[in-house]
Amino acid sequence: MKTFKIGGVHPQENKLSAASPIREAALPKQAVFSMFQHIGAPAKPVVKKGDVVKVGTLLGEAGGFVSAPVYSSVSGKVNKVDAVIDASGTRRMAVVVDVEGDEWEESIDRSTELVTLADRPELDGKTIVEKIKNAGIVGMGGATFPTHVKLCPPPGKVAECVIVNAVECEPYLTADHRLMLEHADEVLMGLQLVMKAVGVTKGYIGIENNKPDAISLMKERAAKYPEIEVVPLKVKYPQGGEKQLIDAVIGRQVPAPPALPIDTGAIVQNVGTCFAVYQAVMKNKPLIDRIITVTGKSLAQPSNLLARLGTPFQQLVDECGGLPEDTGKVIGGGPMMGKALLNLDVPMTKGSSGLLIMKEDEARRSEPEPCIRCAKCVSACPMGLEPYFLSKLSAQADWETAENEDIVSCIECGSCQFTCPSHRPLLDYIRLGKSTVMGIIRSRAAK
Amino acid sequence: MNLIVLAIVALGAIGLISAVLLYFTSRKFAVQEDERIGQVSAVLPQANCGGCGYPGCSGFAGACVKAADKGSLEGLLCPVGGQPVMEQVADILGMAVEASAPKVAVVRCNGTCENRPRLVEFSGAHSCKVVQMTGMGETGCAYGCLGCGDCVAACQFDAIHMNPETGLPEVDEEKCTACGACSKACPRQIIEIRLKGPKGRRVVVLCNNRDKGAIANKACKASCIGCGKCVKTCEKFEAITLENNLAYIDATKCKMCLKCVEVCPKNAIHAINFPPRKPKVESAESQNNQSAPSAQATQETPQTPKEQQA
Repeated sequence: MKTFKIGGVHPQENKLSAASPIREAALPKQAVFSMFQHIGAPAKPVVKKGDVVKVGTLLGEAGGFVSAPVYSSVSGKVNKVDAVIDASGTRRMAVVVDVEGDEWEESIDRSTELVTLADRPELDGKTIVEKIKNAGIVGMGGATFPTHVKLCPPPGKVAECVIVNAVECEPYLTADHRLMLEHADEVLMGLQLVMKAVGVTKGYIGIENNKPDAISLMKERAAKYPEIEVVPLKVKYPQGGEKQLIDAVIGRQVPAPPALPIDTGAIVQNVGTCFAVYQAVMKNKPLIDRIITVTGKSLAQPSNLLARLGTPFQQLVDECGGLPEDTGKVIGGGPMMGKALLNLDVPMTKGSSGLLIMKEDEARRSEPEPCIRCAKCVSACPMGLEPYFLSKLSAQADWETAENEDIVSCIECGSCQFTCPSHRPLLDYIRLGKSTVMGIIRSRAAK
Repeated sequence: MNLIVLAIVALGAIGLISAVLLYFTSRKFAVQEDERIGQVSAVLPQANCGGCGYPGCSGFAGACVKAADKGSLEGLLCPVGGQPVMEQVADILGMAVEASAPKVAVVRCNGTCENRPRLVEFSGAHSCKVVQMTGMGETGCAYGCLGCGDCVAACQFDAIHMNPETGLPEVDEEKCTACGACSKACPRQIIEIRLKGPKGRRVVVLCNNRDKGAIANKACKASCIGCGKCVKTCEKFEAITLENNLAYIDATKCKMCLKCVEVCPKNAIHAINFPPRKPKVESAESQNNQSAPSAQATQETPQTPKEQQA
């Protein structure tokens, strides 16, 4: 079975919510829409206090090419446009809407009927990209990179295939798994739209073989599209990383930065993104909701919720049986790459793929001990780096050597820290070093 | 026997030729170094801390000599050696040196464990820079001290230490040379290199929070909320400015009248190294007044913060 070549780990899967069907979360009383829900320039608010908005009303327009607009996911009145603490722990510009009723913009098609490409022959690549751009779609796997930017390869680079990332290698998360089981046709249609947008005729869907039901269903539904191939992959973390997935599916390696994944001819999109693309292009629905896995060993009902963006995490937890008493930590995202939340009042955003509630005894990290030079981190690193060395260089602020050792190639997957028998905080320091070195490179380029 | 003689002669000849070669090479390629650089270096503290902005003491000595050739030592200061060392340097170079006021590092945060309780716990790497990357840190204040002691690690003079009770670093003014290493190490720019003031006395806003009043007030009991009362009190001297919801006292303009300390509703302005004598008298007065509070109530209210301060 296929998988990526270098490194990788296999954490306990803990897919507690895999059997629980997607259910719709209740509307929040107040929704908060951060203008920083994506990588790139923040969106610029276009509403002011007191404005009446509907579901699908534009709240913030894109602040540049690498940016995405933000739409309201609820109807009601704008309470304030102000800086609010978001899930990243920083105070950022956001639009707060008091919810009244549930009125939708008329342009949105709310029917569940499947619209195929054959029904809409007038769609061409440019229109599709334009629609994706206007709908505010970003990478739904968690990286939140604006999708339309990926679909416009820089001049001189040619896309050869589209790979759908249905790996979901993060333990606990099952949102993509459930999406494939319940909306397989829409996902396939979304993939075809993406393929048409970039003008390629080959599409792959990479699925880890811990989801046999999804593999067989997707294979069955994709049978009528000869250009789409479902690729079962061996379970290994971080297979969902863009570079690892390209390696696993088509066997090509992305060169070191500044090379981009497009240099291998592949464009990778998440399953959730494909679904959103389908909804945006065929149903005129901007990105206003997403599927989020709310899970944890002591949570009463681990579930997959279809929740409106801007819903506070607290409400999602309440819908799954409330916050258990022995909670030690709540993580936004999966356990490997997610970030611990400061409190539950922060709203979910376009990149919120999961909410993991950890018990008191799981929450704390073990006390770090000296490095024993076992090089487990080196063999685990999927980018072929030397994590023990990079973290040491960062701690000593030796940025020059860190740059030479290719610290910017780190994808921050956390495999090194996961595998370290001395529980050293390797990734903490590498992240620090990576951001500092990237800053140095940027300032040098600016000169 | 012959072999030994041969070896001695051969090695001797090689040695002689090399010596001659080395002699001429060193003559030919001799580097002319300004001997003043060596002399200036000799009087510098040799801490190589970089506090002067040059790469170590010899770098600073070179810069001094260059500046002297241009005619002025202005802007050059060894913060570790201070005035006496600069006078020696000026003597060697035959220049006059400007009088420079001594400076000291000031930690502009009073978010002690009591004033600013920890809301969450960060169990990762014990480094301020790493915690800063998580956004807020462990408390509700996005501007206050992170408490992991990056400044302590940066200090070469053993002049800054964490106080386990307050969770804040404390500067040993005797040892502090104002080299600025701690200030550079702090990811939140809390530490300011500030004029030491006459007899070490100074008035400082011990807060770095630039959030709006309501948010800052919620985050910490001792935060500056940007109310501007101190600015109004200081209208005459214009020593206090309010920028981004944070008051700042210009040490060169401050007349040490301590009126701002009295008006600050959050006790964020601190008078440091002032003799405790004065507040004692006041507290005695206020105690007397407690029996007849109505008469002098207006006068006494602003003095209470000072009492707590002392």
